[in-house]
Amino acid sequence: MGVMITMLSLVVILPIGTLILRGAQIGFADLWAVIGRERTFNALALSFRAALIAAVFNLFFGLALAWVLVRYRFPGKRILDASVDLPFALPTAVAGIALTTIYAPNGAFGAPMMDWFGLKIAYTELGIWIALIFVGLPFVVRTVQPVIEEIDREVEEASATLGASRARTFQKVILPMLMPALLTGFALALARSVGEYGSVIFIAGNLPNLTEIAPLLIVIRLEEFDYDGAIAIALAMLAISFVMLLVINLIQVWSRRRMGAA
Amino acid sequence: MTTTLKTSGLRPQNFKSATQEPVWLRYTLIAVVLLVLSVLLYAPLIAVFVEALDDGIIMAIESLGNRDAQEAIKLTLIIAAIAVPANALFGIAAAWAITKFDWRGKAFLITLIDLPFSVSPVVAGLCLILLFGANSMVGGWLVANGYPIIFAVPGIVLATMFITFPFVARELIPVMTEQGRSEEEAALTLGASGWRAFFTVTLPNIRWALLYGVLLCNARAMGEFGAVAVVSGKIRGQTATMPIMIEMLYNEYMSVAAFSMAALLAVLALVTLMLKSALEWRYADQLAASHRH
Repeated sequence: MGVMITMLSLVVILPIGTLILRGAQIGFADLWAVIGRERTFNALALSFRAALIAAVFNLFFGLALAWVLVRYRFPGKRILDASVDLPFALPTAVAGIALTTIYAPNGAFGAPMMDWFGLKIAYTELGIWIALIFVGLPFVVRTVQPVIEEIDREVEEASATLGASRARTFQKVILPMLMPALLTGFALALARSVGEYGSVIFIAGNLPNLTEIAPLLIVIRLEEFDYDGAIAIALAMLAISFVMLLVINLIQVWSRRRMGAA
Repeated sequence: MTTTLKTSGLRPQNFKSATQEPVWLRYTLIAVVLLVLSVLLYAPLIAVFVEALDDGIIMAIESLGNRDAQEAIKLTLIIAAIAVPANALFGIAAAWAITKFDWRGKAFLITLIDLPFSVSPVVAGLCLILLFGANSMVGGWLVANGYPIIFAVPGIVLATMFITFPFVARELIPVMTEQGRSEEEAALTLGASGWRAFFTVTLPNIRWALLYGVLLCNARAMGEFGAVAVVSGKIRGQTATMPIMIEMLYNEYMSVAAFSMAALLAVLALVTLMLKSALEWRYADQLAASHRH
């Protein structure tokens, strides 16, 4: 017990407490002035926008993937299932350089995209989306998968006997049961993507105001010894993440209540 | 599923299962999933090895034999050797305190343990610099006495510990909650000391879950980049871990060297996944419920 509290305070509470304390010393007005600057604002907006887009993609794709993994049978399913966790296990820097190599304008996928559609992926915001989708991929799958396994098939049969089409059964019976898990996975993927650094900086191009993410701007400010600037961005990220997670939590409570506290 | 297969010979031609999607939808879903995973997961993984072997396997191995590369590998192993056991110890202590005793503020504590999951690694690094950097009160004193933390190995250890903090605890808490307290209580009634009860009753019960958590913790610890990048100072041969080395080599257009190092970490990731899956299949009943397949 003593070991635990000591370690928790030393490793987690003390560092974060220092950040908040330093922010309080700078004062709200000055912090706000930093966040309001064009470059900072654009970096924050980019980080949250890209994370949101990636998390929404992963919400739908994660549901499809979890469904396929639980309900369908096909060769190689076990390997597919195990490989879903690759983004958890593969270091972000490795993922970053690998994705960049493939999606660069001369890469295996980047080149045909460029030639056929004139679409540049790496070094644009599109590249950031790809990296964040990669990083957030396992979250929705791993939260929803066990819930799909638990669904009682008889409920679906009952719905079908009452004349509902398969699509209607899915929408009215299955989806509401999966909703809390889906939202949890979405929130986890979102939180992870907002702060992601390693896999993004290689593929992003890092042009100020265009493809420069908030964590990178913190690093840049630190290298310039502009500690106040770095603290302001960090606190803004913490605050926005906190509000987003709070909203998702509230939606979750609401959807549970609507389900009749199932 | 099995029953529908067995009776398939008796099905009428246009039989439609009420609890299954139409065939075309099933195949489309599987195809889409495979396509997206190939483009997003498998292609990058293959690219790492293809790029590493671009000039042949001998060049790849030679690039890893370089002194700076060796130092980076050694440093990464040292960091993991400190951070992982420390977090395993913490995870056991936290899970023990949370599941075997009742006290106020438990929920709040669980939130605190989970905090590193939702903090950006870069922000974690920044926090450590503010606390231990040469300009801070604590850090200034430590530097003056010859114990620098930031831009040195202790800072990297702390950053790694922060990032991997929840892994073991998160894995153990659900397992130990499920197992309850009765077995420990029985041991205590029979006269075992607290430590004895822990080593002969609790530990054997949680060993596979513990291994599972340590496995994930280790993979993340060896691969951590953002937080380490901020606090390490990136001194080649001294504070450059493997992921930091990958970044430096990549930015210097040393593609083969960068990807060879990356391939080494990719192999680690693959081994981690394999062991993890093996644990899931073999000991599913002794792991946290969310991993059951």
